[in-house]
Amino acid sequence: MPDPDVLIRARGLTKRFGKFTAVDGIDFELRRGEAFGFLGPNGAGKSSTMRMIGCVSPPSGGELTILGLDPVTDGSAIRARLGVVPQEDTLDVELTVRENLLVYGRYFGLARAVIAERTSRLLDFVQLSDRADDHVEPLSGGMKRRLTIARSLINEPEILILDEPTTGLDPQARHVVWDRLFRLKQQGVTLILTTHYMDEAEQLCDRLVVMDGGKIAAEGSPRELIETYSSREVLELRFSTFEHDQAADKLAAVPAERTEVLADRVLLYVGDGDAAMASVRGLGLEPLTSLVRRSTLEDVFLRLTGRRLEDG
Amino acid sequence: MTVPALRVRRSQAGTGVAGPWQMAVRAFQSWLVNYRRTWRGTIYSSVLMPVLYLGAMGLGLGTLVNHHGTAGLGGVSYLDFLAPGLMAATAMQTAMGESLYPVFSAVKWQQTYQAAAATPLKPGDIFRGHLLFTTMRLVMNMVVFLAIMSLFGAVRSAWVVAAVPVAVLTGLAFATPLDAFAVSQKKNDQAFAVIFRFGMIPLFLFSGTFFPVTQLPGWIRPLAYATPLWHGVALCRALSLGSADLVGSLGHIAYLTAIAGLGLIAGERAYRRRLHV
Repeated sequence: MPDPDVLIRARGLTKRFGKFTAVDGIDFELRRGEAFGFLGPNGAGKSSTMRMIGCVSPPSGGELTILGLDPVTDGSAIRARLGVVPQEDTLDVELTVRENLLVYGRYFGLARAVIAERTSRLLDFVQLSDRADDHVEPLSGGMKRRLTIARSLINEPEILILDEPTTGLDPQARHVVWDRLFRLKQQGVTLILTTHYMDEAEQLCDRLVVMDGGKIAAEGSPRELIETYSSREVLELRFSTFEHDQAADKLAAVPAERTEVLADRVLLYVGDGDAAMASVRGLGLEPLTSLVRRSTLEDVFLRLTGRRLEDG
Repeated sequence: MTVPALRVRRSQAGTGVAGPWQMAVRAFQSWLVNYRRTWRGTIYSSVLMPVLYLGAMGLGLGTLVNHHGTAGLGGVSYLDFLAPGLMAATAMQTAMGESLYPVFSAVKWQQTYQAAAATPLKPGDIFRGHLLFTTMRLVMNMVVFLAIMSLFGAVRSAWVVAAVPVAVLTGLAFATPLDAFAVSQKKNDQAFAVIFRFGMIPLFLFSGTFFPVTQLPGWIRPLAYATPLWHGVALCRALSLGSADLVGSLGHIAYLTAIAGLGLIAGERAYRRRLHV
């Protein structure tokens, strides 16, 4: 008897396009009520995975079970119970905000009265009630994103799938979207999302996998991943361009769990950042800037892949 | 700030899924919601075009033609000859207008097809939903055309009423393969201008709409007979003039149905390949 709280189960899930393998045999489980994330750079295979989960892309190999059903044979029945926020908004910009929800609700076979009732509730939720009868075209990027989120909730889905929910939004609009998603999470909606923003993953995800080159590099809660793959603190040093290489060599003498020499900075992974800074000065080095901070998922990603998230 | 609680459905199996035609009707409704915004403009053009063509060609040029003798037209006035042919040609134009750019826009520019594909709708439902809308537009335009044709006195048999479904079928023989073609275009819409210029216009001019195909050089006639438009023109004309015979009519209908049917199969496949990658 399968566990009823496991909503999605993937084993060796693979997606190939011709000779290119976008998703290379990944395993994961999504449990009811959690917010589960795929963190990785562009091209890591996150969107391909989301499309397979959304039942619009048949897997090339492995097993995938969603809500106890097989996406190849029961795609429609599964999609009826999912909410999808795609990377592109895919709104009908010639229609009004309300009409977009009407059309989408009808796709699910919902009665007009049901759609009307949910529309007013959902537009309240995404703070678009005052734009209900406006056309979509002139709305800001953040508003369109919020409308797409409202649209994805019209069928009261059991799982909400979000592919890069805040990519392309300005910082303020991002925070509004995060706030709404956080509220959904608190109301018990099961979220599965992809992101290449480590702060997004840290804020929203209970559990996440780090994805790179179509494979899962690590899995855990943000805290577990940081504890496992990084140090408590990070000392970031920036030297003038002339001194950078020389300084990087000398810094090998500072006791650190790990040292990363980037093009513009040197990162020392240490238990105590201030103590490490004192040893740096003891070596006679004076960086242009120095910063002691806590480890983040960005450091985890750097450790696991040798690259930064934004490098893609 | 307070936020209304959202109901979260805990478990509810199989809702939202229905039979293939019910699903297609849902997709059709999205086109209707859009059409509510633009229907006035389409009515103007569906009235204006037949009036202009029947006036200029049927009456104006027709006077010259009739004067010259109409034996080549089967002894009917040029207006009576032209009107039913133009009806079929108008169906082709309507179908092309509803197929190429709207489909490409839905799959590429606006991606509303992708939005629909994330719901219980299957790619085939999305395709057939669009076809239902195309059919509705064809029926509307053909009924308008018949009314105007009657006002011009260009009808010689009550059988002309049967020309409406024949013209609609002619339109569908264009719509289904062109939908399949349009949805498969990955990059841009460049091919469409070529289809309009080197496909639609020659068909419009040389498929027997304006003059009998027998006026064409012998070597090119088989090409004209192979086009769906010629079959539509020939049958609409026979019905309007009251000269249709059963075997010939069934032959035309069989040909048009075959093309539309092949397009239906190609479209189901093309939509699936594009929307379920």
